[in-house]
Amino acid sequence: MIEGFTALYIFMLSAFTGYEVISRVPVILHTPMMSGSNFIHGIVLVGAIIAMGHAETTLEQVIGFFAVALAAGNAVGGYVATVRMLEMFQSRGKGATK
Amino acid sequence: MNTFIEIIYFSAAVLFILGLKKMSSPVTAHGGIVWAGIGMIAASLVAFLEPGVLDHVSNVVLIIVAIALGSAIAYVSARRVAMTDMPQMIAIYNGMGGGAAAAIAAVELVKLARGGVELEPVIQVLAVLGGLIGAVSFSGSAIAFAKLQGLMRKTLRLPFNSLLNLGLFVVTLGAGVMIASGAEVSSGLVLSFFVMALVLGITLTLPIGGADMPVVISLFNAFTGLAVAFEGFVLDNAAMIIAGTVVGSSGTLLTQLMAKAMNRPISNVLFSSFGADTSSGVEEDIAGSMKEIEANDAAIMMAYAEKVVIIPGYGMAVAQAQHKLQELSQLLEERGIEVKFAIHPVAGRMPGHMNVLLAEAGVDYDKIVDLEEINPEFPTVDVALVIGANDVVNPVAKTNPDSPIYGMPVLNADMAKNCIVIKRGRGAGFSGIENHLFYADNTRMLYGDGQKAVASLIAGVKQL
Repeated sequence: MIEGFTALYIFMLSAFTGYEVISRVPVILHTPMMSGSNFIHGIVLVGAIIAMGHAETTLEQVIGFFAVALAAGNAVGGYVATVRMLEMFQSRGKGATK
Repeated sequence: MNTFIEIIYFSAAVLFILGLKKMSSPVTAHGGIVWAGIGMIAASLVAFLEPGVLDHVSNVVLIIVAIALGSAIAYVSARRVAMTDMPQMIAIYNGMGGGAAAAIAAVELVKLARGGVELEPVIQVLAVLGGLIGAVSFSGSAIAFAKLQGLMRKTLRLPFNSLLNLGLFVVTLGAGVMIASGAEVSSGLVLSFFVMALVLGITLTLPIGGADMPVVISLFNAFTGLAVAFEGFVLDNAAMIIAGTVVGSSGTLLTQLMAKAMNRPISNVLFSSFGADTSSGVEEDIAGSMKEIEANDAAIMMAYAEKVVIIPGYGMAVAQAQHKLQELSQLLEERGIEVKFAIHPVAGRMPGHMNVLLAEAGVDYDKIVDLEEINPEFPTVDVALVIGANDVVNPVAKTNPDSPIYGMPVLNADMAKNCIVIKRGRGAGFSGIENHLFYADNTRMLYGDGQKAVASLIAGVKQL
C-alpha cells in the first residue's frame, strides 16, 4: 500500500504539520496541548488491534494483549485528562463573554 | 472493504490534525479534543475490519477484554486524579502508549523469529527502532510518574551512571542491529532486547531531578509519537504514521521550548545531574538574613498597596492554595488594588501547569501574565507575593555566572518594592540552590502551609 518514497513523503509532511500546528499555541494551553497530543498517539490502539488480531502463538497473544490494554489506557486516559483540563478553560471562556 | 477502511483512516488523520489545530486556542480547544476523539473511535472500530483480524475468535475476545480492562483503569484514574497531579498522569498514559508501541514491535519480531512473517529490511529496522524508543518511553515514564507522585524522593545516582547508560545503550543497539539484520533471530534474543531497552529507560530517567521532569515527560511524549509512527510503517497503517509523526514533531518542539525556558539544553537534562556537585561546591556569602513576617502584617502591606503581583510555583499546587489565592485576589480587587498573576514558563511541573490550576480556581485569563510581559512592570509593583516558587524568582540566575541556573530567565520579584514569600520551610529549592531573594532587605518570609498562609492573609485583609 504505502511504498518507499511515498512513505517518506508522508513522514516528512506530517512532521512539518506537527511543528506548524503547535508553534502558535499560547503558553497557557501547553499542558492541555501536551495531554491532547498524548491522546492522539493513542492511535497505537489501531496497531495493537491489528497485531493482536494476527497473533498465532500464545507468546504473541500475551504480548498482544498487553499492547491492546496499554494502548486503550493511553487513548482513554489521554482523552479524559485532556477534556477535564479543557473544561475549565471552557467555563472561563463563557464567563468572560457574559 | 479496503477502500472503506482507508477512507476512515484518512478521515481520522484529518480529524487529528484539525483537532490539534483547534486545541491551540482556548475558545475552540474543547471542540478540538472531541473531534480527535471521534477520529479515534472511528479508526479503532475499522481496525477490526482489517483483513485477518476477525478470523480468530479467541483473539477478538481477548482484544475486547483488553480494551475493556485498559479503558476502565484509565477512565477511573483520569476521572479521580486531582488537577494538581495531572502531570504524572499524563506521564503514565504516555508511557502506556510507548509500551503498546514496543509490544507491537515485539509481536512482529517474535513472529519474524519463528518465520511467521516476512518483513523488508527497512521495515525490520523501523520495527526495532520503534520498539527501542517505545520501551524506553514506557519504563522512563513510569519512573517519571514515581518521582512526581513522591514515591521516589531521592534522585538515585548509580556509580558511573552516564558510562553505564552508554554501555547499556550500545549493547541494546547491538542486539537491535542483530535482529534488524535478520540473520538468525531467536525469540530469546528479541525478548532480551526488549528487557534491555526497558532497563535503559529506567537508568536514563533515574538520575534526572524532579525539576527537569516536565522536559523529560514532554520528550517521552515525542518519543512515543515517533515509536507509534515507526510501528505504523511496520503495519502499513497511514493513520498511525501520520498521527505518530505529528505528535513526534510537535512534542519535540514543545520540549525545545521548555528546555529553552529553563535554559537547560536537552542534552544537559538527560546526561548531567542538576545541582549535585555545584551547589555543594560553591559556598557563597549571602548578605543579610531571612526576615520573618506575621500574616497580619503581610495582609496590611497588601491591603494598602496599589499593585500586587502573585507568583505561584509548585508549592502552591502541593498546598492546593489556588482557590484561596483567587479569594484573596478578589478581596484585594474590591479594595481597588490591581492584582496580577505572574507565571514563569516552567513554574510547576509542566508548562502551563499553573495556568490550568488558576483556571480551575476561576482566575480570569487577562489577569494571568507571562514573564516577558510582567518583568518590566516589577519596579512599579508594591507587593510581589511569592507562593511556593523558588528557583524561578532567584536573582542569582541574573548575577552569578557560576550558578547552575545562571542565564535562566527569572521573574524579577526582587525589583518589586516589597516581596512576601510564603514558604513551607527554610530549605533550598528543588535545584538545591540558595535563593538570594529570600535574604533581600525588602523581602519578608511568611512560613507555613500555602493554603493556611493565604487563608490567614484573607482573614487579615477582611479585618481591615
